[in-house]
Amino acid sequence: MGGSWLQYVAGGLTAGAIYALVALGFSIVYHASHAINFAQGEFVMIGGMSAVSLVALGLPLWIAVPLAVAGAVIVGLLVQRLALERAQSGGQADVVTLIIITIGVALFLRGLAQLVWDKRIHALPAFSGSEPITIGGATVLPQSLWVLGGAAVAVLALGWFFNRTLYGKAMRATAINPLAARLMGISTRGVMRTSFALAAALGALGGVLTAPITFTSTDIGVMLGLKGFAAAMLGGLGSFGGAVAGGLLLGLIEGLGAGFVSSAYKDAIAFVVILAVLFFLPGGLVGARRSERV
Amino acid sequence: MTPSRSAAGAPAQDVAASGPAQPNPRRPLGRVAVRAFEVVVGLAPRGPQLGALALVLALLPFTFANNYFYEVAILVALNAIVCVGLNLLIGYAGQISLGHAGFYALGGYGSAIAAARWGWPVWASMPAAVLAVGALAWLVGRPTLRLKGHTLAMATLGLGVIVSIVLTNEDRITGGPDGMAVPPLVLAGRTLQGEPVWYGIAAAALWLAVWLAGNLIDSPVGRALRALHGSEVAAETLGVDSARWKLIVFVISALFAATAGALTAHYAGFITPSKASFLHSVELVIMVVFGGMASVWGAVLGALVLTVLPQALTVLKDYEMMVFGAVLVITMVFFPRGIVPTLARLASKG
Amino acid sequence: MTSILSVAGLAKRFGGVKAVDDLTFEVAPRTVHAIIGPNGAGKTTLLNLLTGIYRPDAGRVTLAGRDVTGLPTHRWAAAGLGRTFQNLQIFFNMSALDNVMVGRHLRERCELLPSLLRTPALARTERACRTAAREMMHRVGLDAWLDARADSMPYGALKRLEIARALALEPQVLLLDEPAAGLNQTEAREIDALIRELAAGGTTVLLVEHNMRLVMEVSHRVLVLDRGAKLAEGTPAEVARDERVIEAYLGVAEAEATEAADA
Repeated sequence: MGGSWLQYVAGGLTAGAIYALVALGFSIVYHASHAINFAQGEFVMIGGMSAVSLVALGLPLWIAVPLAVAGAVIVGLLVQRLALERAQSGGQADVVTLIIITIGVALFLRGLAQLVWDKRIHALPAFSGSEPITIGGATVLPQSLWVLGGAAVAVLALGWFFNRTLYGKAMRATAINPLAARLMGISTRGVMRTSFALAAALGALGGVLTAPITFTSTDIGVMLGLKGFAAAMLGGLGSFGGAVAGGLLLGLIEGLGAGFVSSAYKDAIAFVVILAVLFFLPGGLVGARRSERV
Repeated sequence: MTPSRSAAGAPAQDVAASGPAQPNPRRPLGRVAVRAFEVVVGLAPRGPQLGALALVLALLPFTFANNYFYEVAILVALNAIVCVGLNLLIGYAGQISLGHAGFYALGGYGSAIAAARWGWPVWASMPAAVLAVGALAWLVGRPTLRLKGHTLAMATLGLGVIVSIVLTNEDRITGGPDGMAVPPLVLAGRTLQGEPVWYGIAAAALWLAVWLAGNLIDSPVGRALRALHGSEVAAETLGVDSARWKLIVFVISALFAATAGALTAHYAGFITPSKASFLHSVELVIMVVFGGMASVWGAVLGALVLTVLPQALTVLKDYEMMVFGAVLVITMVFFPRGIVPTLARLASKG
Repeated sequence: MTSILSVAGLAKRFGGVKAVDDLTFEVAPRTVHAIIGPNGAGKTTLLNLLTGIYRPDAGRVTLAGRDVTGLPTHRWAAAGLGRTFQNLQIFFNMSALDNVMVGRHLRERCELLPSLLRTPALARTERACRTAAREMMHRVGLDAWLDARADSMPYGALKRLEIARALALEPQVLLLDEPAAGLNQTEAREIDALIRELAAGGTTVLLVEHNMRLVMEVSHRVLVLDRGAKLAEGTPAEVARDERVIEAYLGVAEAEATEAADA
C-alpha cells in the first residue's frame, strides 16, 4: 500500500509539473493582458510535435529540443501579433470577444498541425534512457526526473527574470499600471509580446519534456490547455507562485484520485476542481477578491 | 414649467443624426430592394419576417434535387434551433456558454435512454428529456451565473466536458464511446422516418423557435435582458433581478438545445458522446458569433453558413478545423458583432 | 413631519478605510436634500450603500417606513428608490426610448409566458409603457431624441436620459449622483429647474453635487460629509456660514456660496 501511494504521488507530481508549466504560461499572459489564452495548450503540442519531427530528420535531442521550443515561440509571437494585438488595440475588446478569438486561434493551430503532421501518436526518445529507477518503494522513469528538474529550472529562471532583471520588473509594472509604465518608457506592446513568447516557451518546454512519457499527438492541446488553466485558477490567476502550486496540486489530486477512486474519470477530476474553485474560491488559493467600482 | 426648448441640449444638426436613413424615394425598384433587405436584416417588424420564413421553409424542398439536400436542410434547421437559443444567452443577455453541447447531448441521450432502455414512447420521452435538461440547467445555472466573463466561460466549459466524460464512461447506460442506437419517432401508430417527413418536423420546430425568441426579445423580458447586457448595475437599480433573469434565459437556451438534440437523435437513429464535446460547444458558439450576436436571424444565418460550408467543401475536409478557426478569429477581430448586425448597421447608415 | 428616508448609524469600511463612519440623517419628503463634501468624503459610497450595491457594516436605513437595510440592489427600486450614476450607466445597446422603458420594468408586468407567446394583454401593456416612457422623456426635455439610439446622443442629453429612466420608476426618492457634472451653465440651470419641479411634484430628491451654485439654489437642506462622517447639516445658508465647512471644503468658493445663499 505504501508503495502504490508513493507511485501515485510520483506520477501525479510529474503530470503536475507539466500542468505547472502550462499554468505559468496562462498566468503570464493573463498578468499582462487580462486575457485567457485558450491556445496555450496548443503550444505544448507544437513543442512536442516539432521535437518529434526534428528528431525524425536526424537531429540529436540536444539540438531538437531547443529548436522545437524556439519554433513554438515564433508561432506564439505570430499569433499575438496577428490575432490579438489588433483586437485589443481596436477599442472595446471585451472579455468574451478575446476568449473567442483565442479559441479560434487554438482551432486554427490544431487544424494546421493536423495538416503539417498527422493525427497519429508519436513518441520522443527519453532524454537519458528508459530504465526505471526505484526511489523509496516507487518505480520512477528517469524522464520523470527530467520533467521535474526541467520544470524547476524553468520556474527558478522565471523567478530570477521577474524579480531580478530590469525588464522583468518592467513587465510586472506594466501589469499593475500600464499607463504609468508607458510614461516611464516601457513599451506595453513589447511586454505583451514577451509575455506571449514566454508562455509559448513554457508550454513547448512542457510538451518536449513529457513527450517521452505520455507521447504526443496533434490532439493533446485541448485537454492540457484546460487542465493547465484549471491549475492556474486553482492557484489564483495572475499569480506565478500560485500557478506552480496549482499545477502540482492538480497533478497530485489527479494521480491520487485516479489511483484510489477511478481511473476512467481521471480527466473529469481537473474539471471538478475548476468548478469547485470557481464556485467556492474565485480568487484561487492566493488571489484576492475585487469589487466593481461604480 | 418645462425647461425652455432652446436649451434642450440638441443643436439642429444633431436631430438629423437620429433615426434610420430613409430610402431614396425616386427609384421604386430600389425602394423594394431596400425594403426586402431591411426585412432580411431585421429592421422591419416581425410579422412579415415570420411570414417570409414560413414561405421559404415551405418552398425550399422544391429546390431539392435529392435526399442529400433534405439531410443538410434538416441539419441546418436543428443547428439553427440551438443557435437561436444560445444567441439569447450570448447576444442578448451578454453571458457566455462554452458547454452548451452538453445540454444538446443530454436532450438526445435522455430521450434515447428513456425510449430504448425504459420502453417509453418517443412522443413522451422527448418532452420528458427536454424538461429534465431544463431542470438540470436550473440547478446548475444558479451558482454558475454568479460568475462573469472568463470564469463563467470556464465553468460552463467544465460542466460541458464533465457531461461528455460521463456519457463516454457510463457505457452500461449510454453505450460508451461508440454511442447507442435511438428508436424512431412513432406517432399515432405511424413511424416518422425519412427525410421529407423530418424536414417538415425540423422546419416547423425552427419556425416555432424563431417565433418564441422574437417574441421574447421584443417583450419587457427582452428589454430587461438587453438592459442587463448594457449595464447590469443600472438594470438592477431599475428593479431588474439580474440573477433571476440570467437563469431564466440560461434555462430557455438549454431547453432549445435539448429539443434540438432530442430531435436529432431520433432523426439520425443514433447518438454518440462526441455530441457533448468541447469542440461541438465551440462550433455552436462560432455559429452564433459569426452570424450575429443579438440577432435571431444572425443565429439562423450562422447555423446555415457554418453547417453548409463543411458539407459543400468536402474537398476541404482536411482544412475544416483551420477554416473554422480562421473564420472565428477574423469575425471577432473585424466584425465583433457578427455579420448580420454589421450589415444592418451599414444598411441603416444608407 | 415624518422623514421619508432615515439613515441611522450607517457605516462601511474597506480594509482599514472608513468610507462611511456612523452616519445619521433624515430626509423630509418633497424636499431637495443635497450631500456635498470633498472628493473621497464618501458621497458615492453612501449612494452605493443606499442602493444595495454595497452592504453596510452597521446601521439602519428606513425608506417610507420600511426597513430596507442590506437589501439587494434590485429590491431598492421596488422599495421606492431610483438613482442616476456619476459615470453614465446608459444602456448604449438600446434606443433612448427603450432605456426609459426599462425604467417601467416594475410598473408593468414582466412575465415570461405572456412574453414568449405575445398575448394581446402584453401588447396593451407595451403600448401603455411606451406612452409613459415618451411622457418621461418629454418631461425632462428630450423630445428631440424620442427616436434616437442611445449611442448617438450627446453627453448632456444622456444625463437627462438617465434621469428620465429613473423617473419612469415613479420613485418616492430619487438619488441624483452629480447630475450637472460636465454640463455648461445653461444646461446646469435646466437641471436645476427640473430638480425643483420634481420636488414640487412630490418626489424627494437626494442630490450629490459639486456644483455649489446649483446646490445652494436648489436645496432645502444640505448635508456635508468629510472623510465619511457628518461634518455639518442645515439649510444652505447655515451650511455656507459654518466655519468647519468653510475650512474643510468651501474655501475659495466661499464668496460665491455666501452670495448665492444671500440672494
